Amino acid sequence: MTLTTAYAALGAGIGLWAFLVTRLRARPWQTKDATGALHEGGETQLTPQRIGLFMFLGVVTSLFGLFITAYHMRMMDGMGHGDWVHLPLPRLLWINSAVLMLGSVAMQWAKGAAERGELGALRARLLAGGLLTGAFLVLQLAAWRELAASGFLMAANPAVAFFYVLTAVHGLHLVGGLAVWGYTLKRLGGAAPPATRVKDVREAVALCTLYWHYLMIVWLVLFGLMLST
Amino acid sequence: MRGAPGAPPEGEKEQLMAYVAMADRDHELHDPQTFITKYIWSQDHKVIAIQYGVTAIGIGLVALVLSLVMRLQLGFPHTFSLIAPADYYQAITMHGMIMVIYLLTALFLGGFGNYLIPLMCGSRDMVFPYMNMLSYWVYLLAVLILVAGFFIPGGPTGAGWTLYPPQAVSTGTPGASWGIVCMLLSLGVFIIAFTMGGLNYVTTVLQARCRGMTLMRMPLSVWGIFVATILGLLAFPALLVSAVMMTLDATVGTSFFMPAMLSMGHTNTHGGGSPLLFQHLFWFFGHPEVYIVALPAFGIVSDLLSVHSRRHIFGYRMMVWAILAIGCLSFVVWAHHMYVSGMNPYFGFFFATTTLIIAVPTAIKVYNWVLTLWRGDIHLTVPMLFAIGFIFTFIHGGLTGLFLGNVTVDVPLSATYFVVAHFHMVMGVSPILVVFGAVYHWYPKMSGRMLNDTLGRLHFWITFIGVYAIYLPMHYLGIMGVPRRYFMYSTADFPPSVQELNAAITVSALIVGAAQLILLFNLVYSLFKGKPAGGNPWRATSLEWQTPETPPKHGNWGPKLPVVYRWAYDYSVPGAKEDFIPQNVPPGPGAPASHGHG
Repeated sequence: MTLTTAYAALGAGIGLWAFLVTRLRARPWQTKDATGALHEGGETQLTPQRIGLFMFLGVVTSLFGLFITAYHMRMMDGMGHGDWVHLPLPRLLWINSAVLMLGSVAMQWAKGAAERGELGALRARLLAGGLLTGAFLVLQLAAWRELAASGFLMAANPAVAFFYVLTAVHGLHLVGGLAVWGYTLKRLGGAAPPATRVKDVREAVALCTLYWHYLMIVWLVLFGLMLST
Repeated sequence: MRGAPGAPPEGEKEQLMAYVAMADRDHELHDPQTFITKYIWSQDHKVIAIQYGVTAIGIGLVALVLSLVMRLQLGFPHTFSLIAPADYYQAITMHGMIMVIYLLTALFLGGFGNYLIPLMCGSRDMVFPYMNMLSYWVYLLAVLILVAGFFIPGGPTGAGWTLYPPQAVSTGTPGASWGIVCMLLSLGVFIIAFTMGGLNYVTTVLQARCRGMTLMRMPLSVWGIFVATILGLLAFPALLVSAVMMTLDATVGTSFFMPAMLSMGHTNTHGGGSPLLFQHLFWFFGHPEVYIVALPAFGIVSDLLSVHSRRHIFGYRMMVWAILAIGCLSFVVWAHHMYVSGMNPYFGFFFATTTLIIAVPTAIKVYNWVLTLWRGDIHLTVPMLFAIGFIFTFIHGGLTGLFLGNVTVDVPLSATYFVVAHFHMVMGVSPILVVFGAVYHWYPKMSGRMLNDTLGRLHFWITFIGVYAIYLPMHYLGIMGVPRRYFMYSTADFPPSVQELNAAITVSALIVGAAQLILLFNLVYSLFKGKPAGGNPWRATSLEWQTPETPPKHGNWGPKLPVVYRWAYDYSVPGAKEDFIPQNVPPGPGAPASHGHG
């Protein structure tokens, strides 16, 4: 069964590759239309920053995807010889999740304010988004303490170890996001006219928002995984 | 400016601002003023490329010396007593890891990627120059952490470059306490550096190509580096995941990979961990890593063969598709490294199948290289010698790969010198021959001077014949069943011919190792005494040879970016004034449209 699935995945991959190459059918050795068709094909008008973020989210997806795969494989092994326990997750994590979602909502509102050019609203909402995210990180640490106080230390069990690792890696990604958020907030200050300041950070706010939403989804997936196993 | 000719529509202007700032301009980009900002904390991709190159070659020399020390031990075990068995394991581990990660990956992507992508795509620089600079300094930090392993208590890890648990963190393995942590930390830092650089390379290729440089007009060097970078961005996280989890196993006593064991008379404190899980994660990174090194080499060698045979690359489109196909397939062959690991044997069928499938696009590339040479006006320059040498060694290594890709043949050959010979030919010697060819080819652009030709030829012939003298006999050793990773072989187990072959291999390795000093001398000597190169000494078509100055100045192109009108392979076009037409020459009298067959 597993082998059939693997072959099916391979077939799907080859199909995807065949689709990709249909996008690359230009005959570059024919220069007769050289002066006219300078940029044929699916060129994009996205900014380099946006492309860079998409690529980075690809890296993040690969990282968490592999962590989740490792989690699953270790769990299956652990269930086989009885060293995997269902982890009683602290209830605090529900509150944490809500705080992170609120942070994401605040960032979405900040993005709206940036698009409309409202400096005051943008600053307030951006600040709220970052502070809520900071609060999430502090609350995650509180959840760690609660778990440790219940005797679930890192080396106690692979399920516990995964909890600490996954929350730490996710938190570190948020800390990286907060660094960009801080820089963006700093750029909102200064002596330039408000409209110029908002325009300067519009793309940065939009990208921060995208990153926040993405990390919120990652957290929900991780939380769901740990709750259900 | 990218996009269709003329000004972009109003709505697009704002989005393109970041790019326009780097396009046509009359002032310096991120203006370096002092020696420090020009050459040390530099954001110029060319300087960063050279920083990467020098550091990678420097640490590569350490790995070369380690290999020679090991060869002296193996070739003349009773004559030299340079190292003890534990040192041998440490040397083998550091040699492998340095060569694969810190030399080849860093040199191809950080070195050649940095130098060639903006120049070949007609860009001013990488799109994120500051991050590019950080990438180099973080890479240097990773190298320093790695080297620190030699000086910490217990020395560096001796677990083998694959760092398999439980051995890597078990008592009795050299460096099992601090050495392994140092290695894993260094790898983690390297991955951060690579990610910063990799995001730059991919985004620059996608977003900062000059007008007219469509994806299908990019030289194959850029294609190889581009796809290899994507592989790296997706595969290195697997190494990071395994490194994080193993660090925790080694330091805080988790049991991700570590099973319960009775070791040296004591039971360990771990239990239930899965060493096989580590192997899956490691090879999910490890096999794409082969192509992270190979794809840039494939691309660069394609360009060398075309330029020096004065002929368009045969089957350009097929070459691009083959690079993409190899890139995709490289993610579904990892467990062919694990046939003897104890995984479900049925998986062997699957991974043997995918391994044979990936040979198809690879073979297409080899045919196309040979067909590029067919009826070409072959100039046996030094870069061309190395490029042709690569075809030999790569075919050789590729064919032995077919042996090892099949489960039934792999099982008896596993962990023998046949494997050592195979992977050294296919991903050691072959890429390094391309590196040498590329250095001889692009050194004139980097320095403005030609490398000495006689020294270059001497370097090539000693290296090329020498590597065969080293690795061909190793296949025989492997078929005789001589295991790899042994400090010494008993004459009771193997006939005397094994020891005689080992001695001959060692002598060859010493000669090849010494021959690399010729290149080092040539690099320094030619910098001062080399023949002035001019802007385009190889009469090549790609954009890096069309810069207003050689070496190119900061910003590469002077006030105006180039415009591209044709692919990079217009050589020997009938009716053309010369036997090459640069990419930025529009069709017209003396520069007709090409007649190539793609």
